[in-house]
Amino acid sequence: MPGRTRILSAQGWASFIACFAVLAVVVPVLNLLPAASPLRLSDYLIPLLGKYACYALLALSLDLIWGYAGILSLGHGAFFALGGYAMGMYLMRQIGTRGVYANPILPDFMVFLNWPRLPWYWYGFNHFSFALVMVVLVPGLLALVFGWFAFRSRVSGVYLSIITQALTYALMLAFFRNDTGFGGNNGLTDFKDVLGFEIQAPGTRRGLYVVSIIALGAGFLLCRAIVASKLGRVLLALRDAEARVRFLGYSVEHTKLFVFTVSAVIAGIAGALYVPQVGIINPSEFSPANSIEIAIWVAVGGRGTLWGAALGGVLVSIAKTWLTGSLPEVWLFVEGSLFVLVTLALPGGIAGLLRKPSFGRGKRVPLVGEQPR
Amino acid sequence: MTHTVHEGAASSRPLLYLDGVTVSFDGFKALNALSLVVENGELRSIIGPNGAGKTTMMDVVTGKTRPETGTVLYDGDVDLTRLDETAIANLGIGRKFQRPTVFENLSVFENLELAQKNQRGTWQTLRARLGPGLREGIARTLETIGLAGRESVPAGALSHGQKQWLEIGMLLIQDQRLLLLDEPVAGMTDRETEATAELILALAGERTIIVVEHDMEFVRSLGARVTVLHEGSVLAEGSIDHVQSDPAVIEVYLGR
Repeated sequence: MPGRTRILSAQGWASFIACFAVLAVVVPVLNLLPAASPLRLSDYLIPLLGKYACYALLALSLDLIWGYAGILSLGHGAFFALGGYAMGMYLMRQIGTRGVYANPILPDFMVFLNWPRLPWYWYGFNHFSFALVMVVLVPGLLALVFGWFAFRSRVSGVYLSIITQALTYALMLAFFRNDTGFGGNNGLTDFKDVLGFEIQAPGTRRGLYVVSIIALGAGFLLCRAIVASKLGRVLLALRDAEARVRFLGYSVEHTKLFVFTVSAVIAGIAGALYVPQVGIINPSEFSPANSIEIAIWVAVGGRGTLWGAALGGVLVSIAKTWLTGSLPEVWLFVEGSLFVLVTLALPGGIAGLLRKPSFGRGKRVPLVGEQPR
Repeated sequence: MTHTVHEGAASSRPLLYLDGVTVSFDGFKALNALSLVVENGELRSIIGPNGAGKTTMMDVVTGKTRPETGTVLYDGDVDLTRLDETAIANLGIGRKFQRPTVFENLSVFENLELAQKNQRGTWQTLRARLGPGLREGIARTLETIGLAGRESVPAGALSHGQKQWLEIGMLLIQDQRLLLLDEPVAGMTDRETEATAELILALAGERTIIVVEHDMEFVRSLGARVTVLHEGSVLAEGSIDHVQSDPAVIEVYLGR
């Protein structure tokens, strides 16, 4: 029925529940099998899969704004990293006296830099709930303020992409400085436990993995709810003909600001789940190249499909893990040519290959939103 | 009693009032002290050679372009030069572009759904549900624009004339008080042009309509008051016969 607002079709729900059950139940059960069992999933794979789940969630967040609203953020890694740092600050303060300098309040790097006391912005991070609020609040607020200025000034298309690059680059430089107070180029690491559970223990890793899968599922459903609503159709409309949407009486600024902020919050949550599983957060997560990689995931998986973007995030990351391990010097060439190839030959990405071609929807969707005329 | 007085007052003031409006692009004066008054419920045709400022005039009224000087008032006292496109659209001013502009990746139905008069806030849009009343409104509009049965076709797959009609349908379902139509019959067949004229005449009176057109036959068939623009200001105004016999108009426009 046209004009529907259902989140998923019956078939969509069936595939969603099947995927979710396999990832959230079957995978942890296979990990719990006795070591001798041939079906056992080894312990080192669990945090790796958890990391991929975070990447998938991050890809989802970019697809929401790029695939549907035509906002190509090339700085989405910044929101991911900020969420990661908020979680990292909590994990840092959990170390307490187990650090090298055994200072009950100050993290090791502050003792090393001879800082007399904790900076004010580290207050509260000893509480998990406070850190969780910051995971949502910091990326969300930055996106709100940044987006407000950018969208109000009608910055769009490649210009917006460029300033998002500048944003993440500026943050990277700031976080590299020791004086900023986030551990400089070493970042935050040597975490001991999360909520009282030892961070390296297989049980904790299983738990973090399952939470990541739940976040991925919830993020997917949230994005689906947005794009299946009338607002989702306004997003597609403004991607293709922004001026027309204004003359219909919709506020393009508010609409963009809403999805941009939601997207940044999802990216922040992905970052917060990523950090305890990889055990470190440092300023390289802010690097512009990282953010461009997110766009490559989405392009390869298929823009404007959500599930395709998530799949792209996982597949490209698996390829990266494998190639940087076996042939590190070729990875960058593979990644670059992947992007060129997909853009030229496969604009619908992997999802476009799998989906049956729909009649008439032949109009090419531009890489970035309509240019101001 | 007071009600009648109020209505009398409302109909005596013009719906759209432009005075001394000037817009220039890099020194070129697209509008040069343009003054134009359109009464409530009036049907007005605007003609003029290319570059006369017809589209710029529409840009000024809809908030796309801000004039350097001049007054633009809507419904007596609303200063349109202070508002943006979104706010002006929500005041009741609708626009049809010169090149048909529909959302090509959305279906015909979805195009009408987005245009339908409704609350436009981001939150309301997120939570909007299509009730039977709204569906009926869309179905009625589909009948009017001759696209019934094609509602699930992507707008991008429509013919040029059908896109024009879809855009007119979007304007109708938006239920605006003032309609600005920029070359509504460009690229239409004779039959489609005729049907469009009928539709516009049926709406006239109920809504205030400004039609910009090149097609003289079409303008004649509307039988409305005609304003001729030239180099950003009004050259002549009156019935079609009156302006067609005006020597100045013949020289700059019709004679060429």
